[in-house]
Amino acid sequence: MATIEDRIPRATATPSAAPGAERERRWLHPMAWWAWAVGLAIAASSTTNPLLLVGLIAAAALVVERRRPDAPWSRSFAFFVRIAVFVVVIRLLAQILFGAPTGGIRVVALPGIDLPVWFAGVRLGGTVMLEPMLQALYDGLRLAAIIVAVGAAGSLASPARVLKSVPAAVYEVGVSVVVASTFVPQLVTDVARVRTNRRLRGRPDTGVRAVGGTMLPVLHSAMDRSITLAAAMDSRGYGRSADRSRTHRLLTGGALLTGLVLVVIGVFLLLGVAAPTWGAWGLIAVAAGLGFAAVSLTLAGRRSVRTRYRPNTWRAPDISTALCGAATAALFIAAARIDPAGMTTATEPPVWPSLPWLSLVGLAIALAPGWLTPDPPQAAP
Amino acid sequence: MIEFEGLSIRYQAAGPTVVTDLNLNIGEGEFVLVVGGTGSGKSTLLGSINGLVPHFTGGIVSGEVRVDGRSTRDHRPRDLADLVGVVPQDPLAGFVTDTVEEELAYTMECLGIEPSIMRRRVEETLDLLGLADLRSRALRSLSGGQRQRAAIGAVLTAHPRVLVLDEPTSALDPGAAEEVLAALHRLVHDLGITVVMAEHRLERVVQYADRIIALSGPGVPAAVGAPPDVMSTAAIAPPVVHLGRVAGWNPPPITVRDARRQATTLRQLLIGHLPPLRPVSSVAAPDLGSTPIAGVKRLGVRYGSITALRSVDLDVHAGEVVAVMGRNGAGKSTLLGTLVGSTTPTSGHVLIHGRDPRELRGPELLEHVGLVPQDPADLLEAATIAEECAASDRDANCEAGTTRAILALLAPEITDLTHPRDLSEGQRLLLALSIVLAARPGLLCLDEPTRGLDYPTKERLAVLLADLAAAGHAIVLATHDVELVAEVATRVVIVADGDVVADGPTVEVVTSSPMFAPQVAKVMSPEPWLTVGEIAAALRVAGSGPATNTATNTAANTAANTGESA
Repeated sequence: MATIEDRIPRATATPSAAPGAERERRWLHPMAWWAWAVGLAIAASSTTNPLLLVGLIAAAALVVERRRPDAPWSRSFAFFVRIAVFVVVIRLLAQILFGAPTGGIRVVALPGIDLPVWFAGVRLGGTVMLEPMLQALYDGLRLAAIIVAVGAAGSLASPARVLKSVPAAVYEVGVSVVVASTFVPQLVTDVARVRTNRRLRGRPDTGVRAVGGTMLPVLHSAMDRSITLAAAMDSRGYGRSADRSRTHRLLTGGALLTGLVLVVIGVFLLLGVAAPTWGAWGLIAVAAGLGFAAVSLTLAGRRSVRTRYRPNTWRAPDISTALCGAATAALFIAAARIDPAGMTTATEPPVWPSLPWLSLVGLAIALAPGWLTPDPPQAAP
Repeated sequence: MIEFEGLSIRYQAAGPTVVTDLNLNIGEGEFVLVVGGTGSGKSTLLGSINGLVPHFTGGIVSGEVRVDGRSTRDHRPRDLADLVGVVPQDPLAGFVTDTVEEELAYTMECLGIEPSIMRRRVEETLDLLGLADLRSRALRSLSGGQRQRAAIGAVLTAHPRVLVLDEPTSALDPGAAEEVLAALHRLVHDLGITVVMAEHRLERVVQYADRIIALSGPGVPAAVGAPPDVMSTAAIAPPVVHLGRVAGWNPPPITVRDARRQATTLRQLLIGHLPPLRPVSSVAAPDLGSTPIAGVKRLGVRYGSITALRSVDLDVHAGEVVAVMGRNGAGKSTLLGTLVGSTTPTSGHVLIHGRDPRELRGPELLEHVGLVPQDPADLLEAATIAEECAASDRDANCEAGTTRAILALLAPEITDLTHPRDLSEGQRLLLALSIVLAARPGLLCLDEPTRGLDYPTKERLAVLLADLAAAGHAIVLATHDVELVAEVATRVVIVADGDVVADGPTVEVVTSSPMFAPQVAKVMSPEPWLTVGEIAAALRVAGSGPATNTATNTAANTAANTGESA
């Protein structure tokens, strides 16, 4: 016999029990992810504190882990992490090979050669000191953190959706870039297939000779595919444009040219090549130049007849994600002003890095998008 | 809707015309089928409708093509995108975006249609083609039939008046092909869209066509007419038409239904006759003594979390032609991959002549097992046929000239200096087959050998496979082509979702399944006839003296059967 409790509770109890689970799955605005990642990258570039840098890398990785969609392009994060590790290793190796042995703490003595004076007196190898090694490690970590931040944006924001947000005037260039980026994974599968088939002809499928033999068929099929795609895009109206008047064309071109000239002059003034006091004018010239360029892009965009299907929208999670990036960058920069010693860990003598509290708040905010944002849509049900 | 006015197309100034003086007016809501052998200019004709020929491909065009009054002379393909929807042969290669929904919107975005209208049309098209459940799926993750429907939907959202399709069902299993054709049928009848379609598999499509354009090669004008008229004389015709010719029905039937209604007397005439028995497999006679050429035991293959094969047992003996059938993605290619050692099993094992194929390399591999892959071009590397054949002789350690001799037998028309990429699909297959056969492999595997093949080439292939099996090769072919299976297979294995769901003599397996039954079997059911050839032979016997011959025929069959088992 059904009681009243049987019927009522479920509908009301579930949402309050798990508020996050009910949230609609959707794509976050790709520019929100990029803003967040750029914020992290700026934060990373403002510090050499290894703990904070590792913290930033971990924050980026954690958010990627939580919000990465199941799509081919989103698997690139591991690749970026590998590049980051490679950068750190190369930086350390370079220090061991070419670095000057300053400082006083000896790590290990390697054999070294002093090159003659006419070769700038460079020394190869020799004693490895702790201080310059630490300096190299911190530098390498900083670069690694920036690379990881960019990689995080690349694997969180779909390139196709980024394309929806680029100005109409550069859309067609954007399409080429996105299409080209999808060709790389395709090439990898092609190479595997051709190698399998080489074995079936009784030829070596590994080694240097095999690489030469696989090149041609792979290039052939890549070529065939591009031609098919180009024909398909042409038949589907890619590149249709509205006819515009001669004045329109002149205006567009003129605005772009003026903008570029202004930017060049502005940079020239900013760098203080002419006279150091003209820096303010330089800033104005750059701003005006960018303004002209924007006008030109808008005008050029009018020539395109394209419309956008379900464009990306800025909603609360998107805005807050972008703000999280900005806040992280701002807090790190502020911390660097207030507590320079904490943000730039000294290596001579080496000290255990401290943790300025402002930057810790920044790290926590960098992590927030992992929870603030909706889940991406599932690729397969 | 589409007007061809004296259209001639050639690719070289001095060369032959690929399309010759075509004068034709295709009306609104017509379903037109373009048929012809490989290289007869089907793709060129289709491309001329939206101006891809000559704007994209180049070529010399005389005469004119007008679509709804717009001439392709001064309209580029992109200017006709709102009028003509083109579905390319391989839909995956033509997709621009990542997901089904984005792809459906792409054409409309290019045409600059209002966002609110776009949204509505996408929803309508999702429903029209039954894609609603797939809307946010990645295009790469779709099955063959789903991809084809998504590709049709992607051009349909622009509300074109003409739909042009190049072999939309050639890569599909029978079920998926039905799905796509049903969708097209609905578009023609409900929305009045004009459809122009090229297809080799006439048995699948000819019943839908209002008119047929039959191309017969360079320099010869095309024949245009209603299906029964064209089919009564055409060399390229589905089995049901050939059956009609053999049985003397006039006009020949176009559909299985037509044929079945006329076949009552034929069925009665053949009562007591039986088709010749094909070599019987180990499954039919489990106590068969010989050791199999290929032995597959409890084979399982997993790719990540996807199970491609679960637990497959299969023995293939010399002289057998085993057809592996099943849906796209059922695990057919994976099975072939394990037989040649390209795919590593996760459980169980595969033995070819008692050896693990994965350990074989070089000439030793070639004499045990050979595979003609789905895209035969993958096997080819050299710049000319002569070089390719010479390289093949070296690879297989056989006498110089072996491969070239086999190729001359299979495809005498191919010349030495041709670039392998310039061959037609069918010729490329025959070249790859010659290369594989040069080493005389005990086990020959073919993956989808009839994709893009016309009937004459297919017949040549069928004869060849039967000869090879008679010479003691074991053959395994993965295919969707029920007619080829009916011609050559001695045994059919149906794979579904990683399991073998049916394994037995061809007659038993295909006649018991409406999906895999060839047309002749559908017409003659419940009698176990599979091909027109069998019926023609039986009719000759029946014609010369039915009563006595029936007995001897059956006796001969029994004898053949016993001989095989001994």
